[in-house]
Amino acid sequence: MAKIVVDVMLKPEILDPQGKAVSAALPRLGFNFATDVRQGKRFEITVEGEPTAAQLAEVEIAAEKLLSNPVIENFTVRVEK
Amino acid sequence: MKIGVVTFPGTLDDRDAARAVRYAGGDAIALWHNDADLKGVDAVILPGGFSYGDYLRCGAISRFSPVMEPLIAAAKGGMPLLGICNGFQVLAEAHLIPGALTRNHELHFLCKDQKLKIENIDTAWTSSYSKGQEILIPLKNGEGAYMCDDQTLEMLEGEGRIIARYVGENPNGSRNLIAGITNERGNIVGLMPHPEHAIDSLTGPSADGLGFFTSVLKALVK
Repeated sequence: MAKIVVDVMLKPEILDPQGKAVSAALPRLGFNFATDVRQGKRFEITVEGEPTAAQLAEVEIAAEKLLSNPVIENFTVRVEK
Repeated sequence: MKIGVVTFPGTLDDRDAARAVRYAGGDAIALWHNDADLKGVDAVILPGGFSYGDYLRCGAISRFSPVMEPLIAAAKGGMPLLGICNGFQVLAEAHLIPGALTRNHELHFLCKDQKLKIENIDTAWTSSYSKGQEILIPLKNGEGAYMCDDQTLEMLEGEGRIIARYVGENPNGSRNLIAGITNERGNIVGLMPHPEHAIDSLTGPSADGLGFFTSVLKALVK
C-alpha cells in the first residue's frame, strides 16, 4: 500500500493569522529561531498497491476541486513510500 | 412568492431566515441539502451556521450537496440567491462570486452588532435601501475576512459590485472593508453579517435587515 500526500498551503500573499499566532507563541517558550511560520493542511490518501499515473492525475483534479480552494491556496501532490 | 431556505447539516439560521421571509410577506419553503429539488421556488437563501462542522474549509463540502446542482444552474440563469455568513462561504466555494472568506485577522470569533453602509441598491436583494444608507445588524463569524487578488478587488470596486461595507474599524480584516458583494448580473449576493436577525427591534438590534427580504419580493414581482 502506498500513500499519496497532498500538502495544501495558503498562497504567500494571503494573510495567515494562525501561522502568525504560532510564530508569536514560539519566543514565549524560548524558541527564537523563527522569522515566520505558515500553517497548512496535509492529506494522506491510501491506495491499493503502487499509485498509477492515472490515479495521480485524478488526485490532482480532486486536490484542485475539493482539497484546496485555488482562490487562496496552493497544493502539491507526492507519493510517500 | 416562494423563497427557499436551504438546511445543511450544521445550519443554524434557517429558521430566522424563514421568519424574515414571512415578515417581508413571502412564503418560506424549506429546502433540504440532500434533495436535488428546488420545489419550484422563485429565489433561494443559503443561511448561516456551520455546515459540515466547517470541516476542510467553511462551505467546501456543502458546495457539493445534491441541492447545489439545480441551485447553481438556476442562479446562473438569473434566479435571486442570497448567501448569508456560511451561505456566503458556500457561494465563494461554488465560485458563484469571486474571492474567498478566510479566518478573522485577530483569530477571535466575533459576535456583535455591526454598522454597515449599503453601497449598491441595484441588486435583487438591496433595492429597498437607499444608496449610502447605514444599517445596524448582527455580525457573528470566525472566518469572515473577505480575500481576493488585487485584480479582482479592482474589478469589484470599478463595477460597483461591493454591496455593503463595514463602517468604522475593520472587524475581521476583510479587504476594503467588504461585508457583501454581488455577481455581475446582480441576482446573487453574498453577505457576511446577518440581516435575518435584525427584522424586528423586539428580537434584534434594529429592523434594518428586513430590507434584504422585501427587496427580493419586489424584484420577483417585476
